[in-house]
Amino acid sequence: MKVSCPFCGNVCDDINFDGEVEREKLCPLGESKLTREKKRIPYPMVEGERVSYDEAIERAVEILLNAKRPLLYGWASTVNEAIRLGVILAEKVGGVYDTTSSVCHGPSILATIEEGLPGGTLGQAKNRADVVVFWGCNPAEAHPRHPTRYSVMVKGFLVEGRRLRKTVVVDIRKTATALLSSKFYMIKPNSDFAILTALRSIINGNDSAVPNEVGGLSKSQLREFAELLLSAKYGVIFFGMGATHTRGQDRNVEALIKLVQTLNRHTRYILQPMRGHFNVTGADAVACWEAGYGYAIDFSRGYPRFNPTEFSAVQLLRRRDCDAMLVVGSDPVAHFPFDVVRHMAKIPVIQIDPHYNLTTKVANVVIPSAISGIEAEGTVYRMDGVPVRLKKFRESEFWSDYEILKAMLERVVERKGGDVVW
Amino acid sequence: MVSLEVRNGFVIDPMNGVFEVKDVFVKDGRIVESLDKPEMVVDAKGKVVVAGGIDVHAHVAGGKINMGRKMRPEEMRYPRFKSDNLRSGVGRVLLTSPAIGYEYARMGYTTVVEPAMPALYSIHTHEELDSIPIVDKMALPLFGNWHFVFKFVKNDEIEKLSNFIAWVLAKTKGFGVKVVNPCGVEAWMFHGNVYSLNDTDPLFGVSPKEVITGLISAIERLKLPHSLHIHCNLLGIPGNYEVTLETIKLTRRFENSERQVMHVTHVQFNSYAGESWKDMSSGAEFVAKEVNRNNVTVDMGQVILGHATTMTADSPFQYELFKIFKTKWSNLDVELETGSGIVPVYYSPKVRVHSLMWAIGLEIGLLVDVDKVVISTDYPNGGPFYSYPYIATLLMSEKFREEEMKRIANVERYSILPSLSEERTLEDVVKMTRVNPARILGLNDRGHLGENAKADLVIYDLPPEPNPRDYESILKALSNPSLVLKDGKIVVKEGRVVKHTWGETIWVKRDYDEELIGDELEDFFNYYTVQRDNYGVPHVRREVVLC
Repeated sequence: MKVSCPFCGNVCDDINFDGEVEREKLCPLGESKLTREKKRIPYPMVEGERVSYDEAIERAVEILLNAKRPLLYGWASTVNEAIRLGVILAEKVGGVYDTTSSVCHGPSILATIEEGLPGGTLGQAKNRADVVVFWGCNPAEAHPRHPTRYSVMVKGFLVEGRRLRKTVVVDIRKTATALLSSKFYMIKPNSDFAILTALRSIINGNDSAVPNEVGGLSKSQLREFAELLLSAKYGVIFFGMGATHTRGQDRNVEALIKLVQTLNRHTRYILQPMRGHFNVTGADAVACWEAGYGYAIDFSRGYPRFNPTEFSAVQLLRRRDCDAMLVVGSDPVAHFPFDVVRHMAKIPVIQIDPHYNLTTKVANVVIPSAISGIEAEGTVYRMDGVPVRLKKFRESEFWSDYEILKAMLERVVERKGGDVVW
Repeated sequence: MVSLEVRNGFVIDPMNGVFEVKDVFVKDGRIVESLDKPEMVVDAKGKVVVAGGIDVHAHVAGGKINMGRKMRPEEMRYPRFKSDNLRSGVGRVLLTSPAIGYEYARMGYTTVVEPAMPALYSIHTHEELDSIPIVDKMALPLFGNWHFVFKFVKNDEIEKLSNFIAWVLAKTKGFGVKVVNPCGVEAWMFHGNVYSLNDTDPLFGVSPKEVITGLISAIERLKLPHSLHIHCNLLGIPGNYEVTLETIKLTRRFENSERQVMHVTHVQFNSYAGESWKDMSSGAEFVAKEVNRNNVTVDMGQVILGHATTMTADSPFQYELFKIFKTKWSNLDVELETGSGIVPVYYSPKVRVHSLMWAIGLEIGLLVDVDKVVISTDYPNGGPFYSYPYIATLLMSEKFREEEMKRIANVERYSILPSLSEERTLEDVVKMTRVNPARILGLNDRGHLGENAKADLVIYDLPPEPNPRDYESILKALSNPSLVLKDGKIVVKEGRVVKHTWGETIWVKRDYDEELIGDELEDFFNYYTVQRDNYGVPHVRREVVLC
């Protein structure tokens, strides 16, 4: 049997399983998740005391129903079936739904709202791309099998391997991916927007408008880079946090999109964000079809509203504008700013997660769950949106995220009245 | 509720030749001949009773519409349904999945076809279809630019192609075969397009003509309920009506006494004469004549003036649109299979091309034989599906068309619409929204109210032969059915959704021999980024398999 790996946005679906997971195809990240046991949450807890699933779910439902504006956050590390119930739960309790995108590829989504996204599947990089650019991302360490499965060494039907593919890395330091690539441009921090604009100017024939040096690259280097981009029959630009979380943020991504738009006047190019968690793409997508927006959705008026600066988790917590929180498959305490975490400590927090993490320390209700992709099945979306089924290959006494959320939703609708709508 | 009687309504059921006052009986979700003691009686005196509407072409689910939602939050800021007892729903033209189901039900439609499913994304498409309440659904996988298809067509291996189609339908839970700009999307991967039926794709060297005839041969061999469903080459480009005529003529080689051999979809976008945007005019008359002469059906692809979002698998065309409008543009190249693109538009009554498109759609609706045309907007490309009552009213009332043309620029100079005095009757509209779609899709359990048909039933507060000059009341009545039954359950009362139910997903199963195409599958799956084992849709919420 082949199983899929629930770690990063690659969602490699070619892992052999024959009673146990074969290590041959696993990267270090996949190996740690699929073959090693991390410390699990042993049983459901309310205020640190062991309780049954039933009691924990009851307490969680009470918290959500008593709150004026609960925040339901996380969702990147679970399956679509569970996420869908999460969105409906947020609607039914009049809360806020937000995903980890708001602290991750949120700027990419904002740029998509401005410009759209000229993209394609990862197989396009594999089969057609003769120029591949990694802008502010480091797949060799963050998505380890990306180069061998999709983008660098892989053999496609038109581009048969590494020799026929030029790979370019743009970064502020010589990363592991830079060592794999045929060309590396070291740029000054926070200069992405300026460099992208310069490249567009050169490609559009406005060479004279470009100064002699931009962001650490000389004009001749920029010309050479532009030539290289234009030499592609089919090019792919991958980008990561180096573009989204440096000065300019969504404007950097917008500049990348505009560069790809411009390049498409001459040859074919696509752009692809390197999404991190295995189903962060699904967390956005499910919310889009259920509620119209990808993240930062407020249901307090009985219908969804979207405003990233008002309803995203960090902003909401910082303004102390939510009075309870449900965290599913995420660890905000480890990643949010300190003042924000301080508010989390003051409000009731419910956590649904297989593993101990820092959020467990502040959670009032802790509900352990089965690990999606190992102990529970479901659909997830790879970074390019291609749906992949995660399989269950190990029995577990823990409930799946889906089962826990379904029980919560049933109780909420039972108390508030209404049709079964999921 | 298990049984129900609709009493004293005027039943319009053209498929069974019924046009009279008649009682209709419903038991266990089906129409029955008679009932002794119905649990509920609905009085429909003075109203018309018809079957539930069927939409043959609306992009209601999948990666494209969802990307549209993601990139256009400005589209979503229109609350339609509050959460209360049901689901919330928002959207202007692009709607959320719950809103799509509710809005269809609210206008008396009970079945919808999602016409463009990339097989690689079929799980996503079905997840979204599973989230659309009330209506029954189908999805058509895209074949027109698939490497497998090119290879089989190039080698003239129709048997293998039939096996492949059957394999795909089973894997993706698909209903039929959709083709979008055959060979053009593959050419776009090389920054090109195809410009005639004889141009070839750059990789395999096959032409649209070969792909279309090859696929029709395979479909007829498999005896699929639905014919080839085609979005023609050169869509949206002035002068394209000639390619449309040639495409329709390709069907002359084929015979089928039960249904059409080709369904040309949103034909309005493919009925343009002239040589450039400046001198574009209507080619609807020529297209309508050719459709009437051949075993071909069409849906209108009517443009509704106002906001819309174009989203098609025709990615080279979408890029051309982006260059014209310079607005947002999304593209999705799907490995080995297809592509797609999304561009927002605003159809303005002041823009000559847009008003002409509006007129061409109506010309198609009036000039094509009433048994061969279906109302559609190619949702969300031409506009919202909830405008179907508006389109029906325009077709029924010349006076309404005259009124509308007063606010629309120069239609008379480029279109023959002002000279058309045809008026469709209510019975014609029932054909164009119920009977024809059911026949075109090969579904005999719907589109009519005969015994054992599905109890998808709509009551409109209209006389059977409404006065076309009183178009306001026609529009009002068609937009707000008094009652809608889905599978015998009351889902809409006086224009309000009262119950949340789940419809079925229908797909077509045909026997296939995987061995026969084993080599090709093995070969091509080296180039996919998903494993063959993982390809396809494992389950859907409620499925009905047509064998």
